[in-house]
Amino acid sequence: MNDLATYNFAYLDEQTKRMIRRAILKAIAIPGYQVPFASREMPMPYGWGTGGVQVTASILGPNDVLKVIDQGADDTTNAVSIRAFFQKVANVAVTTKTKEATIIQTRHRIPEEPLRDGQTLVYQVPIPEPLRFLEPRETETRKMHALEEYGLMHVKLYEDIARNGHIATTYAYPVKVEGRYVMDPSPTPKFDNPKMHMSEALQLFGAGREKRIYAVPPHTEVVSLDFEDHPFEIQKFDKPCALCGAANVYLDEVVLDDKGGRMFVCSDTDHCEGRQAHGHAGPMLARPRHQCKEPAE
Amino acid sequence: MSSHSQIYAGAFADPVFAAQSVFRTLMDSFARPGTIGRLSASASPPSPLGNASGAVALTLCDHDTPVWLSPALSKSAVRQWIAFHTGACVTEVKDEARFAFVEKGAAVPSFDQFALGTQEYPDRSTTLVVEVEALTGGEPLVAGGPGIKAEIVVAPIGLPDVFLDFWTANRAIFPRGIDLVLTAGDAVLCLPRTTKLSIERE
Repeated sequence: MNDLATYNFAYLDEQTKRMIRRAILKAIAIPGYQVPFASREMPMPYGWGTGGVQVTASILGPNDVLKVIDQGADDTTNAVSIRAFFQKVANVAVTTKTKEATIIQTRHRIPEEPLRDGQTLVYQVPIPEPLRFLEPRETETRKMHALEEYGLMHVKLYEDIARNGHIATTYAYPVKVEGRYVMDPSPTPKFDNPKMHMSEALQLFGAGREKRIYAVPPHTEVVSLDFEDHPFEIQKFDKPCALCGAANVYLDEVVLDDKGGRMFVCSDTDHCEGRQAHGHAGPMLARPRHQCKEPAE
Repeated sequence: MSSHSQIYAGAFADPVFAAQSVFRTLMDSFARPGTIGRLSASASPPSPLGNASGAVALTLCDHDTPVWLSPALSKSAVRQWIAFHTGACVTEVKDEARFAFVEKGAAVPSFDQFALGTQEYPDRSTTLVVEVEALTGGEPLVAGGPGIKAEIVVAPIGLPDVFLDFWTANRAIFPRGIDLVLTAGDAVLCLPRTTKLSIERE
């Protein structure tokens, strides 16, 4: 044999994949319920997306096109290294374009472009238990889910209102799935919560250190918890993206200097680049010199 | 064919990629209940186990998953075929099984005899793999629930007459309950416990 020894396709051994696949099927059958699984050590530290990587490795096939985003961006450390990992161990096609991807692994954003039937969104989840900061004991939180006892979560949101006048939770905003399980949507900004509701795509969540997998099938009700007099609201931005001029998208603040200069740009880099390629421009986009009407200062 | 070659033959030709593609079809079918998924990889288990059911066994069963077989399957070479190719042990106790297989035309035990999970761990339930005559052309049932946009009609042929009662009882104990994979030929139709079924009204 001339071939060098290689890893099994997609790194994980087949028994591990079967175990994770069984957990994924049960997770889909019980939307929002956290299925325990025997999470493996991965060649990256916990907290770097080991749960998402194990889910992706178990569903990935040779014909898939993989996109990996880290806070919406395709070009940040976590995204680049996970993409390179799967290129190496699965020799799979990768893309930065949301439209072309069949599997999108994400750390804390949902792409701006609506997902379609046939796409799977894999979330990297740090703390899967939405009740964990309210009740540290797993035995108790499990019982609370079993009995559908979610009063504590409403108390937490109420205390937000009592202290701040509004619900101050801005990310990892709790949702109720199909009227049954309260679920942590992973630390995505609450801006993305409405995109989970009745999504065309299958959404899978993997928490490696906490050893849990959960799922939201397509066309499933995902409701952000709120009160009648304090309805759920998403973040609003008063200016459009400084580079592509997009409104109604999630923006990142970029500090430009030490004199208070700042700009707000799309967190979803693919969406922003796509808009720029179609001729959309924000106030701070650097244009090629020949397109400028006045010489640059 | 001697019984020995029956036992050792008939697994996936390319186990890694075949298992992946069968799993993806199952995942998509569970995520979109009522749609019919065609398996692109085939297994040829000894009769009376169907090809698609055999492929599901090869994809999901191993030494961690006790398997229950219907009386006819249990008496056939299937028992040893599953043991040899997956390493799963065959159990006689229905509520210990993670997977249960029923061949075409055999009686389907009522679902509450299998593992239903607990309120704390509803995932610890049996997945039933039942082969039917065909996945279309039967009595139409309207399906709704997670994964289904509005509603979809499923019409398998060969389900027991009491199926709808079994299923309604299974649906009523959510989040506990069994999940069902119907197979025919090389196709599967999956019904997770969340799917609501009712008789079509005209």
